[in-house]
Amino acid sequence: MQTWVLAMTANRLELVMQRLKQEHRPGLIAYITAGDPDLDTSLAMAQKLAAAGADVIELGLPFSDPLADGPVLQAAAQRALEAGVTTQGVLQMARRLQASQSATGGVPVALLTYYNPVYQQGLENFCRQAADCGIDALVVPDLSFEETGPLRATLDRYGLLLVDFIAPTTPPARQRLIAAGARGFIYCVAVTGVTGARTKLWPGLPDFIRGIRAYTDVPLAVGFGISGPDAAREVSRFADAVIVGSALVERAHAAGPHAFEAAAEFVASIRRALDG
Amino acid sequence: MTTARWEPDATGHFGPFGGQFVPETLMPALGELEEAFEKARHDAAFTTALAELWHTYSGRPTPLTPARRLSAYAGGAQIYLKREDLNHTGAHKINNTLGQALLAQRLGKKRLIAETGAGQHGVATATAAALFGMECTVYMGELDMARQALNVFRMRLLGAEVVAVKSGSRTLKDAINEAIRDWVTNVRNTHYCMGSVVGPHPYPLMVREFQSVIGKETKAQCLETCGRLPDALVACVGGGSNAIGLFHPFLSDESVRIFGVEAGGKGLATGQHAASIGAGRPGVLHGAYSYLLQDPDGQILPTHSVSAGLDYPGVGPEHAYLHSVGRVTYTAVTDDEALAAFRLLARTEGIIPALESAHAVAHAVRLAREMGPGGIVVVGLSGRGDKDVAEVAALDANVGVSHDS
Repeated sequence: MQTWVLAMTANRLELVMQRLKQEHRPGLIAYITAGDPDLDTSLAMAQKLAAAGADVIELGLPFSDPLADGPVLQAAAQRALEAGVTTQGVLQMARRLQASQSATGGVPVALLTYYNPVYQQGLENFCRQAADCGIDALVVPDLSFEETGPLRATLDRYGLLLVDFIAPTTPPARQRLIAAGARGFIYCVAVTGVTGARTKLWPGLPDFIRGIRAYTDVPLAVGFGISGPDAAREVSRFADAVIVGSALVERAHAAGPHAFEAAAEFVASIRRALDG
Repeated sequence: MTTARWEPDATGHFGPFGGQFVPETLMPALGELEEAFEKARHDAAFTTALAELWHTYSGRPTPLTPARRLSAYAGGAQIYLKREDLNHTGAHKINNTLGQALLAQRLGKKRLIAETGAGQHGVATATAAALFGMECTVYMGELDMARQALNVFRMRLLGAEVVAVKSGSRTLKDAINEAIRDWVTNVRNTHYCMGSVVGPHPYPLMVREFQSVIGKETKAQCLETCGRLPDALVACVGGGSNAIGLFHPFLSDESVRIFGVEAGGKGLATGQHAASIGAGRPGVLHGAYSYLLQDPDGQILPTHSVSAGLDYPGVGPEHAYLHSVGRVTYTAVTDDEALAAFRLLARTEGIIPALESAHAVAHAVRLAREMGPGGIVVVGLSGRGDKDVAEVAALDANVGVSHDS
């Protein structure tokens, strides 16, 4: 029943991203790997990050061979898999997260994973369960635009979105093609490389984002390499949202027993930098 | 010779298998590579230059050797060996790396990167890089570096940087992940010289085309020597490049039975093997849709084979297709059977095969026996076994085998 209602109305993640854009407020998308170090901790972490000012939770479903990820997120995925996390466990964690946020209508959740874990559940089965568990969108970094057809069509039937990527190497004609059908937000890759915080932003980034802007009104989110509040503020001058992943995961992991405080404070500091 | 039936579609699908499952950052580079390759394969200047390199540098054509004493041992069909072990650097891998280096030169790329399992592809890439004056970085799993220390030394002698991969299972699949990450980062000046018929389009097609010289020569040699086509072809399959190179020119010759031999490790029932087609199911890894060894959630499983070059949880998408349409029969040979064939070929023919190739030899002996006299079996002898002698000696020491008898 819930799925049906969701399918008939606009997508929660899309609504939040559009509202932020209309209000000229920079969006903050916070990534954690589900199951690192265990699912209960990840659930509590997601709740704290939402409370600390994350507009969207990007939840990583770990894969054994994450070829778009740098060392920090590879290690996080490996820890989660060694701890025995399963696809069902992650989906149920998302369901518990949404149940805990029901007073506010839930928090937008984008599930990031690679194509094989999705494919092995069966596209139909995976999308139905994702919708049931309150997931709003999928982010699949190894699914090239050319191969998105079957997954996008299936997600569509359940009212879920597939987030599209545009990279610094994407030529203008292809940027236009990808932007034309994009919904929710476009994941704009800030570096020619894998995930992981960088000390400096790519100097060409503002022009790259403005170039994509010419093709679409869909919110543009910048991810890969955002190291903290300063980089986030800089990016918010020309983009609609920032995605923070490796820097957040690394901070939480390094803080050990104080992971919640460290992560929440980090996200809050980015929130302040974006709003200030 | 070949017909459209065996060609991939415009986006690199062999039936449902193959495709391009990579991060967006790489898509333009794959498009550029595909365009350059399509132009090059129809350009006489390119094909002539490559044929010249194969001939004057690598020593092609390689012979088709009648294995008389091995055939007598099998007691059936006549076995011939297609001697890729006699290539420069000791394996078929150089056929492909010379082609890709020549293509990289056309693309203006000054740096080659590669993954390697047993080290043969790493050595072949380092060799091509030295020949073309290019920089070279080879990714190799930490476990494989220990198993194949000699090849690590050879690569370094050739001027390549060898990077130990410490993530995941620390073998070939992780080396591919790391090479892809390097390529994502340095795609503007770097060509990824993939060593097998795996990965995203156009790699499976391109590597097949460069390796098909094996099958083309075999066909001509068999017609000349025997006056007819062989009855059967046998080759080992990890990613499957030497196999597809031997098989492809024969796919439309329906009288030729074709066998791909996967690594059976300690036996398919034990779960400790690398038989992706024999025991896996389709999924997406390293840019392509093909058979994979994976758990129910789609996490890639650890593999085992005595031969590092076959120790891979996937297989080229064209093999997946040839299996699905029944044109090629895929079977498995265990570690023990391969080790026995390794010794058998050494003693009957004076040829020490690579442990990878020994898998094919083991199946060829079974097949020759079944077929009986008058039959002709061609085995793809993909590489020589010098790299494996230390590993085999260590295994023998463990089980107390003596070579003095």
